[in-house]
Amino acid sequence: MSLLAFCEWLAATEGSIALHESLYMYPLVESAHVLALCLFVGLAIVLDLRLLNKLLRGVPVSQVADRLLPWTVSGFIVMVITGLLLFYAIPVRTYQSVWFRAKVIFLILAGLNVFIFHSGIYKRVTGWDMDERTPWPARRAAIASLILWAAIIVCGRFIAYNWFDCDIQPQPAFVNWFAGCVVPPIQ
Amino acid sequence: MLLPFFQWCETVWLGRFVVESNWLFPLIESIHLLALALLGGSILVVDMRLVGLGLKGREIKEIAREARPYMNAALIGMVVTGVPLFLSEPIKCYYSPAFWVKMWTLAIALIYTYTIRTKTVRMELVRNTARRHLLVGALSIALWFTVASAGRWIGFS
Repeated sequence: MSLLAFCEWLAATEGSIALHESLYMYPLVESAHVLALCLFVGLAIVLDLRLLNKLLRGVPVSQVADRLLPWTVSGFIVMVITGLLLFYAIPVRTYQSVWFRAKVIFLILAGLNVFIFHSGIYKRVTGWDMDERTPWPARRAAIASLILWAAIIVCGRFIAYNWFDCDIQPQPAFVNWFAGCVVPPIQ
Repeated sequence: MLLPFFQWCETVWLGRFVVESNWLFPLIESIHLLALALLGGSILVVDMRLVGLGLKGREIKEIAREARPYMNAALIGMVVTGVPLFLSEPIKCYYSPAFWVKMWTLAIALIYTYTIRTKTVRMELVRNTARRHLLVGALSIALWFTVASAGRWIGFS
């Protein structure tokens, strides 16, 4: 089964239709998504700014990370659960959204960035915990994180808009390719 | 009573400018969200400490002093982007309960943040402050979360 076929099947399930048509559930899930964003991205920004030496300079990096990361992770879990529900409510259109696809790519990059940071420079954090100037790999991770999460937020917000939807044709060839639109050939 | 004011708002060029563009509203809305993330971080890091979570073991005063410029910047960003968003649809806002909930809680939250909360985070640590901290932090989180949720809800009505 192709991913598109899977999304079409998902869209026909009772739960998806109920969520899509519900008067309050969908907005509630979306609001929870935004509130979790404050917690998750907000605290991620705090750690990033600490890594850039722009905030809480007097607090060791490891302390900021240890104390805040559990909350960042909780926020992320809520983001993922509510995000999956939002996708579940509108599967086909979301799957074929250029913004959603861009968001997924940025999410993967952000995940990679976290992995590189934690398996690399952060392992040696005791050596630079209170440095005036944090090492470049740490600053690089912070800058990448700030840019990527900003891009993810913007793409996420843009999913709601239909400029590049598959059912609005003609679209540039790139859009149709990137969104995976099934466009009937011109007669 | 305020309807004429909202009707006048609808004639302001900035709002018309936003309405006439396909991209401007979503773009400003996105920046509004980015500022919200920064606001969330700079407020939550202090509030969480107030209620005894997050950066335990550090002085509240220190965290609050460091977070304050970011909170101020984020609030300015929210207002600067929020005003054109409002001006693009003032009549819709006027008839939206969510808008009024947001504006009232926003006013309360702002006053609260710059008076009671500021005073509390600057307080010298003496006995029996823990309960006050808990209360002030929890109320701040509740207020700002209400503002954010009501704000999101404007888009649904």
